[in-house]
Amino acid sequence: MSSLLGNIFKGWSDYTKGNEEGGHHDYEHMYAMVIDLDMCTGCNACSTACYAENNLATVGEEYFGARQAMHWMRIERYFDEPNVGEAEADTQSRGASFLPMMCQHCNAAPCEPVCPVAATYHTPDGLNAQIYNRCIGSRYCANNCPFRVRYFNFYDHQETAWPAPMEQQLNPDISVRSKGVMEKCTFCIQRTRAARNTAKNEGRAIRDGEIQTACQQTCPTSAILFGDLLDETSAVHQAWKRHQVQLGKYAQNKTNPELRGYRIFEELNVDTKVLYLERVREV
Amino acid sequence: MSDRKHLTREQTKDIDENIAWASINTDVLRSMENPRRGYWVAMAVSVCLFSVMIYAEVYQYMYGMGAALLNTSHMWDLYISTFVFWIGMSHSGTLLSAILHLVHADWRKPIYRFAEAMTTFSLMTAGIFPVIHLGRVWNFYWVMPYMTDRGIWPNFRSPLIWDAFAITTYLTSSVLFLYIGMIPDLAICRDNAKGWRKPLYTWLSLGWRGDDRQWRNFRFTYLMIACFLIPLAVSVHSIVSMDFAMSIMPGWHVTTFPPYFVAGALYSGCAAIITLFILLRYFFKFEHYMTFPILDKVCKLTFVIAMVWTYLNLVEFASVWYGHDIPSKEVLIAKATGPYSPFFWGMMTFGSVLPFSLLSKWVRRNMYVLFFASIFLNVGMWLERWMIVTPTLSLGYHPQAFNVMWPGWTEWAMVGGSFGWFGMLFLIFVKVFPCVSMYEVKEMVFHRKRTIYEDVDEMMTLHSGVPGPKAQAQTQTSGGA
Repeated sequence: MSSLLGNIFKGWSDYTKGNEEGGHHDYEHMYAMVIDLDMCTGCNACSTACYAENNLATVGEEYFGARQAMHWMRIERYFDEPNVGEAEADTQSRGASFLPMMCQHCNAAPCEPVCPVAATYHTPDGLNAQIYNRCIGSRYCANNCPFRVRYFNFYDHQETAWPAPMEQQLNPDISVRSKGVMEKCTFCIQRTRAARNTAKNEGRAIRDGEIQTACQQTCPTSAILFGDLLDETSAVHQAWKRHQVQLGKYAQNKTNPELRGYRIFEELNVDTKVLYLERVREV
Repeated sequence: MSDRKHLTREQTKDIDENIAWASINTDVLRSMENPRRGYWVAMAVSVCLFSVMIYAEVYQYMYGMGAALLNTSHMWDLYISTFVFWIGMSHSGTLLSAILHLVHADWRKPIYRFAEAMTTFSLMTAGIFPVIHLGRVWNFYWVMPYMTDRGIWPNFRSPLIWDAFAITTYLTSSVLFLYIGMIPDLAICRDNAKGWRKPLYTWLSLGWRGDDRQWRNFRFTYLMIACFLIPLAVSVHSIVSMDFAMSIMPGWHVTTFPPYFVAGALYSGCAAIITLFILLRYFFKFEHYMTFPILDKVCKLTFVIAMVWTYLNLVEFASVWYGHDIPSKEVLIAKATGPYSPFFWGMMTFGSVLPFSLLSKWVRRNMYVLFFASIFLNVGMWLERWMIVTPTLSLGYHPQAFNVMWPGWTEWAMVGGSFGWFGMLFLIFVKVFPCVSMYEVKEMVFHRKRTIYEDVDEMMTLHSGVPGPKAQAQTQTSGGA
């Protein structure tokens, strides 16, 4: 009984501490991403890799049309000359701009405070994590996400997405979600954890480049960089520094306005951890 | 019944103070017996609607939320807007019972009982929606902070948790309020009951004999709960509004939402009181109790609240329009011009223009016109809730996710079914419990008989020997001149 109460009050004090101090402050890592839109060809390989790595269900044409698909990594197309070739938007002379969009792992994530059961929270790795087992599917988090990157399991897809023997190719490192839970990009948390365990067993720190997300691994033009922002030698840290983008700010003070780095919806002060490098186009 | 002149539209007195106490008992007890064919038809319709809801819920439980046609941008839709609608309906009872009780507006007495029942039942209806809209409905109790050895707590920062607390508290208190206010009447029922009703009322009336001590305790308890209930009613709908106001979405993140929601709640509650007032008066022949002058007062109250609601609505539009938040402005413009605009303008027409008809005495004294007007006021309020939830989600911040969605069949089934469930509860209530407060109507008649004078001024002069306020004012004016 005493251990029961002890657990409860320990959980309570941890909770109030996190509440008062705005979540974890003692980050062990701060995983972040850099995506160079100039290199992105919009080939969708990252999205496919994500499907394969993270056991994403293919929902079929009907549900996809109803916008009930679950593509954690999606390639968005934008046309900067909407009036050119208006009749057929896909054949505009300059083509589309592509934006790979996935969970931005906001440090001040709007999805976290609204979850009634605290199924989404911030890990000491700086990740915005989703606990599928805890989720009751109130879907408030998705409503509060400005990026609309949280996907809900509107149906059970196990039977249709992986008919036997297809279930043999599921990734054993992560779960297959059932209907009624929210899911989203985890920055391939299974790979992060595996690398951490390996490093711990070998008694060393995680090396930069040791962790590759599935999208990064697959990108044919290497447009995606992933790493630890707290590690000053990491390529990601260097890129953020080079583009003069800092965490914890809603407006960046850049000495060189030519620098391409920007974060989406920075003005909302959600403090995202994906740095996009603007596409350069001829005038 | 020979003289029915005072029951017509020309009636000026709230109640005929010469009604015999015995006939009050007879009239009300009669209404609880012998359900006629119309009652069973209404009951059958309600049960059918509710069965459709059960079917939809079973379907949703088996196959998932997809049939509601929710999508990645529209995670909430009619479930949440109908939830807000029913929570709003529940505010009428508190207004009539508690607030008007405290300000000694005695015209509430013949009509507060069914309004209170409406409060309780609409809360019971509203409470269904946050549960059925959950993806994993079987885990709904996880929002409650119960003791587990895993030491896991719900997230107290989430407005949905506040909702759970607020609604549970409000439901408990309003059930208590309804029940306690009914005890003296239950004793009357017990004294006149036969068959299965006898043990029921004996048990429920808690040995009420009507002695002084019981009355004193009763009055005190009733007043206490009334005082407790008023802040609760304000807080519960403020908290419901925080489901939206605490988010960061354009069109939801609005500071004026709590008062706006409370005003909307009182508004739809009053409109629903008018609807049920007319139905009860017509079907139960309650012309002696639910009189036109009382209806008149309820209409005026509704009009005032409608204007408060309209004002807060315009304040919201103005603050968005003159603010510099572009996404919010886009949502506002899309409401007025986009695919949902017919519903938006429907809401504005029914919510802000239609109440002006209540200014007409002809409308206020015409049951048929008023019945449909009150229905459409509530249609407007339902549209309001829908127009809060859906247009915001159809736009939001991220352009790639902009889309228009229309509710799926499970959503319509649940909305219809909620009216069935409410109707079912209310129909059972009116036949098992007295829907007019007998003891309070007797009080009202008694007080009115003693204090109704044609000329108050004259009576004051007569009783106290000093000139009344009117005469005093007259002397002052003439003295000054």
